[in-house]
Amino acid sequence: MSTMTATAPAVPATPAAHHVAVPISWKAPVAYTVLAVGGLLGFGLSAEAGETSLISIATGAPGLGSPSFELPTLASVIVLGLIQLALAGWAWRRASQRAKAGIWLPAVFGVALVISFLLWAVAGRGYAIQFTSLLSGALFLSVPLVFGALAGCVCEHVGVINVAIEGQLLAGAFLAAVVGSATGNPWLGLICAPLAGALVGALLALFAVRYWVDHIIVGIVLNVLVTGLTSYLFSTVLSNNTAVFSNPTQLPRWPIPLLSQIPVLGPVLFDQNVLVYLMYIAVAAFHVMLFKSRWGLRMRACGEHPKAADTVGIKVNATRIRNTILGGAVAGLGGAYFTVAAGLAFGKEMSAGRGFIALAAMILGGWKPKGAILAALLFGFADNLQNALGVVGVAIPSQFMLMAPYLVTVFAVAGLVGRVRAPAAEGVAYKG
Amino acid sequence: MTTAAETPAVRAAANKPSDQPSRFRGALAKAFNGSVATSVLAVVVALVVGAILILAADRDVQRSAAYLFARPGDFFGAVWDAVAGAYSALFQGAVFNISSSYTVGQFFNPLWDTIAMSVPLIFAGLGLGIGFRAGLFNIGAQGQIVFGAILCGYIGFSWHLPVGLHLLLCLLGAVVGGAVWGFIPGFLKAKTGANEVIVTIMLNSVAGFFLGWLLTLAAFRKPGSNNPVSPAVDATARFPSFFGTAVNLGFVLAAAAAVGVWWLMERSTLGFRIRAVGANQDAARTAGMSVAASTVWVMVIAGALAGLAATSQLLASPEQQLNADIAGTFGFDAITVALLGRSRPLGTVLAGLLFGGLRAGGYLMQASTGTPIDVILVLQSVIVLLIAAPPLVKAIFRLPDPERRRQKESKRAKSGLAAEVAA
Repeated sequence: MSTMTATAPAVPATPAAHHVAVPISWKAPVAYTVLAVGGLLGFGLSAEAGETSLISIATGAPGLGSPSFELPTLASVIVLGLIQLALAGWAWRRASQRAKAGIWLPAVFGVALVISFLLWAVAGRGYAIQFTSLLSGALFLSVPLVFGALAGCVCEHVGVINVAIEGQLLAGAFLAAVVGSATGNPWLGLICAPLAGALVGALLALFAVRYWVDHIIVGIVLNVLVTGLTSYLFSTVLSNNTAVFSNPTQLPRWPIPLLSQIPVLGPVLFDQNVLVYLMYIAVAAFHVMLFKSRWGLRMRACGEHPKAADTVGIKVNATRIRNTILGGAVAGLGGAYFTVAAGLAFGKEMSAGRGFIALAAMILGGWKPKGAILAALLFGFADNLQNALGVVGVAIPSQFMLMAPYLVTVFAVAGLVGRVRAPAAEGVAYKG
Repeated sequence: MTTAAETPAVRAAANKPSDQPSRFRGALAKAFNGSVATSVLAVVVALVVGAILILAADRDVQRSAAYLFARPGDFFGAVWDAVAGAYSALFQGAVFNISSSYTVGQFFNPLWDTIAMSVPLIFAGLGLGIGFRAGLFNIGAQGQIVFGAILCGYIGFSWHLPVGLHLLLCLLGAVVGGAVWGFIPGFLKAKTGANEVIVTIMLNSVAGFFLGWLLTLAAFRKPGSNNPVSPAVDATARFPSFFGTAVNLGFVLAAAAAVGVWWLMERSTLGFRIRAVGANQDAARTAGMSVAASTVWVMVIAGALAGLAATSQLLASPEQQLNADIAGTFGFDAITVALLGRSRPLGTVLAGLLFGGLRAGGYLMQASTGTPIDVILVLQSVIVLLIAAPPLVKAIFRLPDPERRRQKESKRAKSGLAAEVAA
């Protein structure tokens, strides 16, 4: 009977039900409104009436090239600002109904905000934003972040905190570069990258699952270990045999026939190298598998309630070890981005903190592949924006442009996400 | 971690008083189960791993390995030379060096370098340790050091004050700068539940860019220089050094900070609250403690201590000026220091000294034998990993591990029971 009342909405709510209603969180609508008004005033007031902004868009069709469009800055910024205000209004409405606004809202809002910023930044400079290459570069830069964030999702859902993403990326980059260079074949490098990441994942599993060491300690220390090992080998073995081990190889770019001809989207999404396509596959696979497959259910059981999982016959620690190694392999594959995908030889500490950004992306995305990937794309876009705007030369000091994505993230974490819930048994050793 | 392994060993020894040989074995087990033995053996394993790396990169070893079976003596000679050379240089660079270029009084100069190098690690490690004990994973020491450095450096080179007062204000600036940068993630965590890991990582980057921007301003630029470096800190603001060695007031302050942190965590009400929140947030809240206040305090104190880490770079290092690399990697190294020190003040000081020594010795090793200093990172990480996993150390050295045996026996008993049930 009690289940009936809980599930049937037709039953009139008792007065007691009113008391247990969660308080409405106004944080998100307030944050959206502040951002929208701030953007509208900031960009709108400083735009001159007659100014125009140039945007150039690659069509993807071979003959057409990239035609430029001229947009009136002030009008476009105002239109985009009104769109943002409308989205903020929607957020107010959803919040008053105690409903979630859906993940599209921050995505669309962010795109509108960024475009109005871009239009403002290039206003009246006679310099076109290369919109298509901006996006395709952003997608490429977000590759290690997406793989890293996926690796984080896999490990954390099985109950192992993976702070070693940085080390896994670096190990993948190292082995991919060395194998690719020694064999002259970037494909072999690409195959070996996940092996290196899996090795780091296996060490993480060994210490965290078998020896019950605090997961964060192991993760941080593994990062140091991989940094030390790869830097040491770089300055000794690699530097002594540059011709053999530091000869950069690059994966070829594979435009997908037909799909790459789609205007705008084609060149962005389907004229990339194979690692980017692997990323699409990995994203789709993990998104479905994590929440819709037996494997996903079992691993999440180990991460949420290991005792219960054990009771129904799931081998908790074996599951944890397997999936931690899998997660490591995914991050290691992402490491291939730095070397064989970008066509560079290995360099000391070349992952440069991306593993931590990936970790942040995963948490920002609420431990779900979908959200994590959106956050990773945001960081990749911000990275590329710096390059693009460095060319344009904006009035603001470049350092402030550089710190903007990080500040936005702090703002987003504090204002929009708030208390996200990690898997319940994350970081807790199962000693059954 | 060790206590869990120790108690069954003690119990096992106490349970069998009549058995003569086991009494000896019990005592032996007791000795080897101690964390001291684990630490020593961890260092041994780390040195072996380091030795393998040194050998792998040594050209003489590689050359003689080619004719290993023809003349094994050459190979083992080369092995000995490579490892002994590197490690003795490491030792000489970290502890003492009896070489002709030094007078007797200077034999211990490397040790003073070690102590000086450990100061920023100790300061930042103490702050991070408080965070770990409060259940906060603060990765923000890097940014907090940068902000401490900005205020400390600005006061140091742009204000001109008498000796004593100037130093005091510089220290205050470092504390305030770090504390402000620590307050932000603490406040956001307390008010909105923003995950401190993300916020501190982001604020590290923001602090770095902010410093980069400041160094482009005329007020922060050394006159006549095109490089992004500030003027040097006034002589009135520098740490006095002791007896002309590298050791200066900074180490005394670090030691005092360690005592202060011990008092805070073990003897004060605030420390008790912090530990209670770290141990069980819900229980602490039920007992009437404010989790939010504890979070903010922890981050402010951690930030202040990290900010002080900047002083040893600005007020004592040879350059004594702000540059983009002022925080180095101290913020991240300090995480390892705090972990190795198990977040306890004394442990953090000792770990800081060990890492400072490895760093100081690493420079000499790199200069004299060509072994890259990166091998130090490997040594450090292997030591921390193994100390955190005593059963692994025991497995490596085939030492008795009662905890594991007990587990295995209970598992065997379980499976026996299962077999009986099945039958």
